[in-house]
Amino acid sequence: MTLPRWVPAVSWLGMTLLYLPLLAVAVLSFNSTRYGQSWGGFTVDWYARMVSNEAILSAAWNSLVLGVISTVLATVLGTLLAIGLNRTPWPRWFKRGSDLAINLPVVTPDIILAIALVGAFAVLREWSAAFKPGMTTLIIAHTTFQISFVTLVVSSRLTTIGKDQVEAARDLYANTGQIWLRVLLPQLMPGIIAGALLAFTISLDDFVVSFFVTGPEATTLPLLIYASVRRGVTPEIHALSTVIVVGTMLAIIAVTWIQAARTAKPQE
Amino acid sequence: MRANTCGWNSRQTTCWSCAIKPVIIHDGYLTTKPHLYGRGALLVGLAFLWMGVFLFAPLAGLSALAFASRGEYGGVEWTFTWENLSRLAGHDEFGFSWNHLLILWRSVVLAAVTTVLCLLIGFPMAFWIAARPAAARPLLLALVMVPSCVNLVIRTYAWQQFLGSQMPAAWVAQHLGLVPDGASLYPTVTAVYLGMVSAMLPFTVLPLYTSVERLDWSLVEAARDLHAGRLRTFRHGILAQCMPGLLAATILTFIPSLGMFVISDMLGGAKFLLVGNLIQQQFGSMNNWPFGATAGLFLVIASLFALWGLRIVSEREAGRR
Repeated sequence: MTLPRWVPAVSWLGMTLLYLPLLAVAVLSFNSTRYGQSWGGFTVDWYARMVSNEAILSAAWNSLVLGVISTVLATVLGTLLAIGLNRTPWPRWFKRGSDLAINLPVVTPDIILAIALVGAFAVLREWSAAFKPGMTTLIIAHTTFQISFVTLVVSSRLTTIGKDQVEAARDLYANTGQIWLRVLLPQLMPGIIAGALLAFTISLDDFVVSFFVTGPEATTLPLLIYASVRRGVTPEIHALSTVIVVGTMLAIIAVTWIQAARTAKPQE
Repeated sequence: MRANTCGWNSRQTTCWSCAIKPVIIHDGYLTTKPHLYGRGALLVGLAFLWMGVFLFAPLAGLSALAFASRGEYGGVEWTFTWENLSRLAGHDEFGFSWNHLLILWRSVVLAAVTTVLCLLIGFPMAFWIAARPAAARPLLLALVMVPSCVNLVIRTYAWQQFLGSQMPAAWVAQHLGLVPDGASLYPTVTAVYLGMVSAMLPFTVLPLYTSVERLDWSLVEAARDLHAGRLRTFRHGILAQCMPGLLAATILTFIPSLGMFVISDMLGGAKFLLVGNLIQQQFGSMNNWPFGATAGLFLVIASLFALWGLRIVSEREAGRR
C-alpha cells in the first residue's frame, strides 16, 4: 500500500512524544551539575551514588518483594479460579456473574480500587493491627487486582488446550493427582507463566493503589520518585529512571525477539 | 449427550458409591453432581472469597460511603445524607460555587480531547507500522509499547525535566517570547496535554494496529474503482473496517484518562484539578472520605456512560453493514 507523505511525519511525531522526555532524562543523568539543568560536563558519578543510596536500594528491594509475593499469591488464586470456572458445568447465571466479577478490576479506574481498599483496611484495622498501612496492605492490594489478569490469561489457555487430553488420561485410569500434575498443569504452564509475568509487570507499574494504601516505612520505587519530585530532584533519580527505562526496553525487546523466533520456527 | 452414545443414561443409573444420587459423566469420568460442584466451588471459592473481602465488599462500602456524613473530627458517621452529592453539584456551606462542577467538566474535556489527539496521531502510526516489512513490525510495535511499561510517574517526571527552564524547549519558547525569561514550561495546560497524549498513545496504537493489519484492501480498491473520492474511500473503505479497533482504542484511552491524577498533579500545578486530584485531596489532607467517595462515584458513572455510549455507536455501526 502507498501511504500519503504526512503519515510517516505524524508517526515520527508520535515516536518523539514517546521518547523525547525519556531521552532528556538519560542525558541529564550524565550531567555533572548538582543543581539545575545547565550542562557541567560528562560524569557517571550519579550511577555510582545511586547504587550506594540507602533509600533507593530499600525502595528497589520493597518493589521486588512486593512484586514477587503478590504475584505468587495472585497466580495460585487466579489459576485455581480459572480452572474451577472452566471445568465445572456452572449454571449460566453463575458464569455471567463471574465474568462480570473478573472483569470488574480490569475496567474500574485504579483510583477507585485504591480508595475502596483504603476504606476496607480502615475497617479491618479495628479488628486486627495487621492491617496497618505498610507492606501487608500493599501485598493484599496488589494481589487483589492481579488475580483478574492471571485468570483472564489462564482461561484463554484453558479454552485452547480443550478437554481431550484430560479425558484421555481418565480413560487410561489416571487418578486426580496424576491428572493435575502430569496433564493439566504442564499443558497450562505457558498460560500460567504469561499470567504471572503480566501480574508482576502490573505490580511494578502500579503507583496509584500503592500511593493510597502504603504506610511511612514501605516505599516502592515509583513512590520514591514521586516523593523526590516533591522534595527536590537529585541527579541520582535521573540515573535511577534511566536504568529502569533501559531495563524495561531490553526486557520487552528480548521477549519480542524470542516470540518472533518461536513463531518463525514451524514455517521452516 | 455423551451418556447416550456410550450406553449410560444419567437419569436412570444411580451412583455406585452412595446409591442415591444420579451419576453424570464429566471430563470422561463418572461423578455425582454434589461431588462435581463441590470440587468446582472449592477451586473457585478461594479466589472469590479473597475478591469478596478485598474488592466487592469494599466497592459496595464505597457506594454507601458516598451517602454517609463526615464526623466532627474527620471520621465517618453512618447517617444518610444527600449533602455530598449536592456539594459536588456546587452547593456548600457558603452558597453556590462553580468549583466542583468545573473540576468535573475539566476532567471530561481533558479525557475527550486527549482521546481525539491520540486517535489523530495513533491512526497514522498504525498504518505506518502495518506498511513496514513483516520482520520489522513486531519490533516497531514493541518500541511503541515500551514506554507504557515504564512507570507513569517516571514518564511524567521525565516531561518535567524536558520542559524545565534550562532545557532547549524552554529556551526556544523564551526566545519566541511565549514565556518570560527563566521560566519553565510547566505547570501549564499544554504540559498536561503533552503528558497525557504520550502516556495514552501506546494504548491507542495497539488496538488500531490490530484492525489495520487485518484490513481487506480489496474493498479499498473496489471503492476506488467505483470512482469514490479520497475522503469517501477512506470513510467507507477503511474507516468502516477499522471500527472495532477504533472503538477499543477510544475505550482504552478515554476511561483511564478520566481517572488520571498523577499527570495533572505533576504537570498542571495546583490550579489544574481533576476528579482524581479531588478524590486524592479528600482522602488525604482534607480528610473528608464521604465526599471523596461521592467524587469516586461520579468517576465510575461517567466511565459507565462512556462505555454505554460507545456500545450504542458500535451496534449502530454493525447494523449499517
